[in-house]
Amino acid sequence: MAHPQAPRSTRAAPPPLQGATPAARQSRFRGVPRFGSLVFLLGLLIGGVTHADSPTSRVPKPVIEAARGGQCVEDPAFMRRHHMELLKHQRDDTMHGGIRGAKYSLKTCIECHASQTTNSVTAAPTNFCVSCHTYAAVKIDCFECHATQPQKTSSLPLAQPVPAGSSLQLGQQQVKP
Amino acid sequence: MKQAPTTSTPQPSGQTDRRGFLGVAAAGLAGILLAPGVRLIEIAQAAPANPVTGANPKVRWGMLIDSTKCASGCTDCVTACNTENGLSGGTLPTDSQWIRKIEIKEVKTGKTQSLPMMCQHCAEPPCVDVCPTGASFKRADGIVLVDKHICIGCRYCVMACPYKARSFVHESLSNQKPDVPRGMGTVEGCTLCVHKVDRGESPACVQACSAAGHGAIVFGDLNNPESEISKRVASYATRQIREDLNLDTGVRYIGI
Amino acid sequence: MKITLRQLEGRSAGYYGLLGALALLTGIGLAAAWYMEHHGHIVTGMNNQIVWGLPHVFAVFLVVAASGALNVASMASVFGKTAYKPLAPLSALLALALLVGGLTVLMLDLGRPDRLIVAMTHFNFKSIFALNVILYSGFMGLVVVYLWAMMERRMNPYSSLVGFGAFLWRLALTTGTGSIFGFLIGRQAFGSALMAPLFIVLSLSYGLAVFLLVLLGASHWSRRPLDAAMQARLARLLAIFVATAAYFVLVYHLTNLYFAKQGGLERFLLLEGGLYTTLFWLGQMLLGSLLPLILLLHPRSSQSRAMIVLAALLVILGGMAQMYVTIIGSQAYPLVLFPGHQVSSSFGDGVVSAYAPTLPEWLLGLGGFAMVGVIVVLALKLLGFLPERMDQLADSH
Repeated sequence: MAHPQAPRSTRAAPPPLQGATPAARQSRFRGVPRFGSLVFLLGLLIGGVTHADSPTSRVPKPVIEAARGGQCVEDPAFMRRHHMELLKHQRDDTMHGGIRGAKYSLKTCIECHASQTTNSVTAAPTNFCVSCHTYAAVKIDCFECHATQPQKTSSLPLAQPVPAGSSLQLGQQQVKP
Repeated sequence: MKQAPTTSTPQPSGQTDRRGFLGVAAAGLAGILLAPGVRLIEIAQAAPANPVTGANPKVRWGMLIDSTKCASGCTDCVTACNTENGLSGGTLPTDSQWIRKIEIKEVKTGKTQSLPMMCQHCAEPPCVDVCPTGASFKRADGIVLVDKHICIGCRYCVMACPYKARSFVHESLSNQKPDVPRGMGTVEGCTLCVHKVDRGESPACVQACSAAGHGAIVFGDLNNPESEISKRVASYATRQIREDLNLDTGVRYIGI
Repeated sequence: MKITLRQLEGRSAGYYGLLGALALLTGIGLAAAWYMEHHGHIVTGMNNQIVWGLPHVFAVFLVVAASGALNVASMASVFGKTAYKPLAPLSALLALALLVGGLTVLMLDLGRPDRLIVAMTHFNFKSIFALNVILYSGFMGLVVVYLWAMMERRMNPYSSLVGFGAFLWRLALTTGTGSIFGFLIGRQAFGSALMAPLFIVLSLSYGLAVFLLVLLGASHWSRRPLDAAMQARLARLLAIFVATAAYFVLVYHLTNLYFAKQGGLERFLLLEGGLYTTLFWLGQMLLGSLLPLILLLHPRSSQSRAMIVLAALLVILGGMAQMYVTIIGSQAYPLVLFPGHQVSSSFGDGVVSAYAPTLPEWLLGLGGFAMVGVIVVLALKLLGFLPERMDQLADSH
């Protein structure tokens, strides 16, 4: 709905209009070249994507610190894709069902994956959870509440026993009878 | 299982064929759905309480607190709870307290007594009714908990609890116990040491009280007539706090 | 007579100044919310005895006023008082803006506001809070449809139907808000079936007060003088609502006084509660009820626009005081676990709890009001919510 306007003859001459088409000339975005903007944005996008993994990128690649146990409960590729779903379903089983020490228990994950140096999964930027999550820029909510360090002595057995003859040791983990 | 499939007589329209097929399919489907259920019910009812498989719906955990054995000024249960669950033990208005000792004095007669107060683990918990997301819930074995994964920190349960059992976490926490996750912005309360109960142990307050020789708190399965707690509530006069609210609490008291 | 709706010109320094100030206040409120979320509620005055503080007072007031602000539109569409029809779009806009402002404050005060998605996807339908989530969002959608029906000529025949739906939904919503308190058994001050109807009457009172303020302000600043007869009608209506609200408060306290077990609470609220007693008698009853009634019913002051504005402001102030006493006073009074006994503990049993709101809480609450202002001021410029002429409303049909 237009405001009442003064008669054309008494108004000042309108500023020169820009834009290729009549619609563009009417648009409030006239003066901003459309094709040029598109090229600029695409350039940003392509440049960002191609430089992500290069040595010139400023984001450090994740450091997967060696875990204490022998073998994870699933292989790394599966875990990378699905660990969040596994944890999400396990948490309901534990909270509502009272099932503890199951295959995908968070506590047993931490007991294996806590760093050998800081004994935590989030203390230093190279520690297990924090390293990948910083790279992927996904905020971890778990450790607002959950302990980042394993208990000194676990009352539950570890998820997988160390294979005989493995070079990796379990360290001081004890299993309560 | 259901009856044998009926044969349908051929009709020009094919209507009876379709009806017949649907009837058979429904009967078969019902049978398939029912049959495994029948088997599972047998198994579930026969299963004993097993810590690894979690909450057993046939159990109802409860506590019996003998206030006459509670010394005024004694805080063994409170200290044990704080240690077990990683609470600071502070008593500022913003500090979490899962259990507290209440000193009582009857105004007219002057009689004094003392007792610990914690989440009463009601069978009809008002906190569960009011939680918008269902984070405050009652487990199958009667323990009332907060699922901090879905708690949004609205504090409605704190408003609703008639016993002021719940605390709100006002600041960022660190060094939580691995068995007891606690975090800023969520609500928490006595869990009846659910992590210990699931291992077959008693809550920390109970253990501390009996270790110190007071023996004021008994813990056990209220649904099992052979348990110590069931025998005691059947022989002594026990009461619930705020009985008139009809919440059927899991925690009962002697001497109030 | 056809009513033409027209936007505000909105190009004056005054307009931009007002918009800028409100936007700034809103921004500060949002910054305060971020501060509270980042550091936790330790930066507020809230503690484990008083878990719902000043932000809740602001939020509940705004939400209750939102429902009542739609009343003018309901009177036009549902009750056939067609004289109010020209004012109906403003009424609906205000309802929407107040609800958005109130909900923003409420949601930003959550312990985990980042879990809003959880609140929208996990519902415990036994909880009135969960039902309120649906009632509030549904109300917003319904009011948008209602506005469309009122402002789009082809949809005008449907405005009565949508208006009726919005009216019913409004009743459900306010019942839900009152029942937040009414359904609580643990606290002496709550657990009363009176809460829901009380809140419905409060909504009519607060909503109309805010509506009057906005209407008179917009009419004055856009130089569209308001018809004196319409002004008198609205003033008289506000007086009726204020009186009815006072009646409900009277019944509530009289009933409580009758029960021996509620004696302690009443003595606290009405006599010995310090700040709460002052807020009740001075804020809620004197400034919020008695004084506005006098201003709105006295033959001379009821004609003066300035006095009506003052009366509306007093009703709002009194309403805030009432929400403070209702929400915070009820938490300050200790839970009674052992009637007839004196209790003490490390957790504040048996003692009246202290509460002093801190700056972030004030800023968040005021930011909510400012957000309502930003929405209304912007909307009045973007679309035609006000009639072009408001000086002949009482004759229009």
